[in-house]
Amino acid sequence: MKIDARGLSCPQPVLLTKNAMDDNQTNFDIIVDNPTALNNIIRFVSKQKGETKVTEDEGCYTITVSK
Amino acid sequence: MDRKKETIMIAVMGAVFAIVAALLTKFGNPANMGFCIACFIRDIAGTLKLHQAPVVQYMRPEIPGLIIGAFCMAFFRKESAARGGSNPLLRFVLGAFIMIGGLVFLGCPVRMMLRIGGGDFNAIIGLIGFAGGIFCGNLALKGGFSFDRAQILNKNETYVLPAIQVGLLAVAFLIPGLLVFSEEGPGSMRAPVILSLIAGLVIGALAQRTRFCTVAGIRDSMLLGDFTMLIGFGVLIAVSIVMNIALGKFNPGFTEQPIAHTDGVWNFLSMALVGFASTLVGGCPLRQLILAGEGNVDSGITIMGMLVGAALSHNFGMASSGEGTTPYGRIAVILGLVVVVIIALINIKSNSNKRKEQIA
Repeated sequence: MKIDARGLSCPQPVLLTKNAMDDNQTNFDIIVDNPTALNNIIRFVSKQKGETKVTEDEGCYTITVSK
Repeated sequence: MDRKKETIMIAVMGAVFAIVAALLTKFGNPANMGFCIACFIRDIAGTLKLHQAPVVQYMRPEIPGLIIGAFCMAFFRKESAARGGSNPLLRFVLGAFIMIGGLVFLGCPVRMMLRIGGGDFNAIIGLIGFAGGIFCGNLALKGGFSFDRAQILNKNETYVLPAIQVGLLAVAFLIPGLLVFSEEGPGSMRAPVILSLIAGLVIGALAQRTRFCTVAGIRDSMLLGDFTMLIGFGVLIAVSIVMNIALGKFNPGFTEQPIAHTDGVWNFLSMALVGFASTLVGGCPLRQLILAGEGNVDSGITIMGMLVGAALSHNFGMASSGEGTTPYGRIAVILGLVVVVIIALINIKSNSNKRKEQIA
């Protein structure tokens, strides 16, 4: 599953991440386009004891979330 | 950045903010108003003759400092990015109502915290209202509220708002006769220009680095169980109390508070308006300045809404004074709450389909 959170204001990228995790998605990608959203998602996932892997491409970050 | 380091940085940001604000007050800014985004934008609206209230007209260097400081830090960290086009006019309207609410309460969320730090219990009522407004904003977010996506814009847009700030400072330094400056009242109470400018630059840079946001502190605690930003919020108030006690300016109570009124219902409702509207635009007034410095044109538009809201507040007698609220101010707060609810509801409906597309 891939969630496109590019161009969304705070806190929607992290809220979409939370919704996916609440839906018991254990492995998904979320794309964001700013470091604030990136940091917020990494912090949230780490608090939920999940793992993140980040790849950057032309100012966009794809965060692979697994739990 | 690991979580522990991030938390420490946000706590340091809160402490530095409180210390700088106390020093600005000591060196001339109005009491409990070392920093106030709403009041200072209102003063700038006055100095530009957008309103004619003689006691609140001054080219506050803190505001250009915040935007330029954030711009420089974002540029240095390669985080500048021109983006915009996410419901700009709705953000303009929300910005105007954030300002109208702030001027009925007499302060933005930062000044609300500084007022609590000075012992002003009226600001605690404001804080409860602010949290209530954010709670309503969170309900909208949980229900699917979303503005349209921002688009990538031409990089030149990043420079426009900082350039305007440089222009404003240049006019204030080189041809001050063009502007109006208060001779009495809060607008006449000023820390030295250089000190104010440096304070703005430092706080702007730090706020960009830490993403400090007064709305996020409460919003994320409620919505995500993330208390990181709330720690900065708490430290700001705590250090502010310590600084005020050290400077002999701590005066606990409801009455005889500087540039404040005791109208509890309207302190609550006006800050509820500020909290609700700020949650919908994605951050508090300070955060809007910082995002605008980074190149977020939508936040720039929100600030323009705040500037116009400030002018309207004084031109139409909506702003409160130490004497209390005004009938027009009270009507405007109710109207603002109605408009914010409508904006929230409209954008829940219009995004219900888009949200489904996000998960492919």
